[in-house]
Amino acid sequence: MKDFQLFSPTELEEALDLLTRHCGQMRILAGGTDLLIRMRDGQVQPETVLDLTRISALHFLRQDSNAIEIGPLITHTEVLCSPLLNQETPLLVQACRTIGGWQIRNRGTIGGNLCNASPAGDAVPPLYVLAAECTLASRRGRRVLPIQAFFHGPGQTVLAPDELLVGIQFPSPQPTPLQFFEKIGQRKALAISKVNMAFLGWTDQEGRFQKVRIALGAVAPTVVRAVRTEDYLVGKRPTADVIQAASDMIETEVQPIGDIRSTEQYRREVSGELLRLGLAKCQKEEHG
Amino acid sequence: MKRILQINGRNYALDLPAKTTLLAAIRDYIGLVGTKEGCGTGECGACTVLMDQQPVNACLMLAAQAEGKDILTIEGLSQDGNLDPIQQAFIDTGAVQCGYCIPGMIMTGKGLLLTNPHPSIAQIKEAIAGNLCRCTGYYQIVAAIAKASQAR
Ligand SMILES: Cc1cc2nc3c(=O)[nH]c(=O)nc-3n(C[C@H](O)[C@H](O)[C@H](O)COP(=O)(O)OP(=O)(O)OC[C@H]3O[C@@H](n4cnc5c(N)ncnc54)[C@H](O)[C@@H]3O)c2cc1C
Ligand code: FES
Ligand code: FES
Repeated sequence: MKDFQLFSPTELEEALDLLTRHCGQMRILAGGTDLLIRMRDGQVQPETVLDLTRISALHFLRQDSNAIEIGPLITHTEVLCSPLLNQETPLLVQACRTIGGWQIRNRGTIGGNLCNASPAGDAVPPLYVLAAECTLASRRGRRVLPIQAFFHGPGQTVLAPDELLVGIQFPSPQPTPLQFFEKIGQRKALAISKVNMAFLGWTDQEGRFQKVRIALGAVAPTVVRAVRTEDYLVGKRPTADVIQAASDMIETEVQPIGDIRSTEQYRREVSGELLRLGLAKCQKEEHG
Repeated sequence: MKRILQINGRNYALDLPAKTTLLAAIRDYIGLVGTKEGCGTGECGACTVLMDQQPVNACLMLAAQAEGKDILTIEGLSQDGNLDPIQQAFIDTGAVQCGYCIPGMIMTGKGLLLTNPHPSIAQIKEAIAGNLCRCTGYYQIVAAIAKASQAR
């Protein structure tokens, strides 16, 4: 690895100053579980590195009135251990539980997972269906973007060279809806998703869906919503027939890519299967 | 740049290039070679150490990021010449073959017992999912951690 100059500020303002001063030359380091690998093999060779991990203002998890706010430095393990997120957003907890092994989850951060912009990033689909917003900050000020506007393409975000992701927030999904995260990888642990799916559905008294959001990762250059299948489910109860029809529909709706990890046809079928699996599990939990 | 690392309860003042990983600091600068390098990319867990009691891959963080933290390596486990119960359990269970993965396995197992003194078999398996072993087939390793959890 080429050597570099390292800055480890403790204040956010200082970090933003440094980014402005070294504009374009500086790499941002959080848990390092992605960046250090790319630096090690020479893909990235920065002159200067900004270590965020000592900035306490980026390390928080809180609920304000009806919104939940997550600091970018929150690790996957901290998500798993949060009573608030276990209560409100089990799908985000389920997603973070599938990331890497324990050691990776202890270091890897939510902010790093987003900024990495991998189409297979497992924390991303849950944040899509939760309608999360990202807050970006620079010396020039702050801006808030819906999560789908944060991504440009695979590996690309809209972050300017002098900008940091400083917060992720979403409305608390109450009253607690049906929700799940499912993923298929090469094997159970330490595997990049071939397809992953986040589902959030609000039901009425009779158990009919009033509102549904489904997001899929790894099937396209960025995470996609399955709008047609969402619309189909609205007004229906998740009976075996409805689940079957929705799964068939999502298989035709997704436009997957074929790549080194799997073929297009495989990803289609797995998308249907994940929906079937997730909904069936939710049903079982509901009925004891 | 001068860095102070606290490893196994001792402070080491080291002059390190910024790019030095925690693993390189421990092995090459301090000379504690019990912690192994397998892949260098977070896949194998051979480099696992405890940082503030949490297992981390020492190959995937900068030494500078460990400043001010409490680092425990395999060398820091035994007390006054007595093996830690988890080390003893690995020996008693016959969980060691070539031994390359074992320091990492033991540190992850230790981290698990520190956060959850009585894990289920499923919890043990989940905890060591980031530690690869090419020899044992994991059965004895899981048994060793289970045994260590009963030893206290
Ligand atoms: C063995 C292994 C298994 C893995 N398994 C999975 C998996 O199953 N699922 C999955 O989704 N990922 C997986 N990953 C990838 C990675 O661990 C996660 O994406 C993790 O969340 C990255 O977070 P980090 O803090 O380590 O990121 P870093 O490596 O520190 O940073 C990643 C990128 O984001 C930028 N960045 C970080 N924080 C900010 C910020 N606040 N503002 C602006 N830019 C920022 C960095 O500049 C860098 O480009 C795995 C990695 C390894 C090594
Ligand atoms: S050497 Fe660190 S995980 Fe393999
Ligand atoms: S004992 Fe040889 S790799 Fe585990």
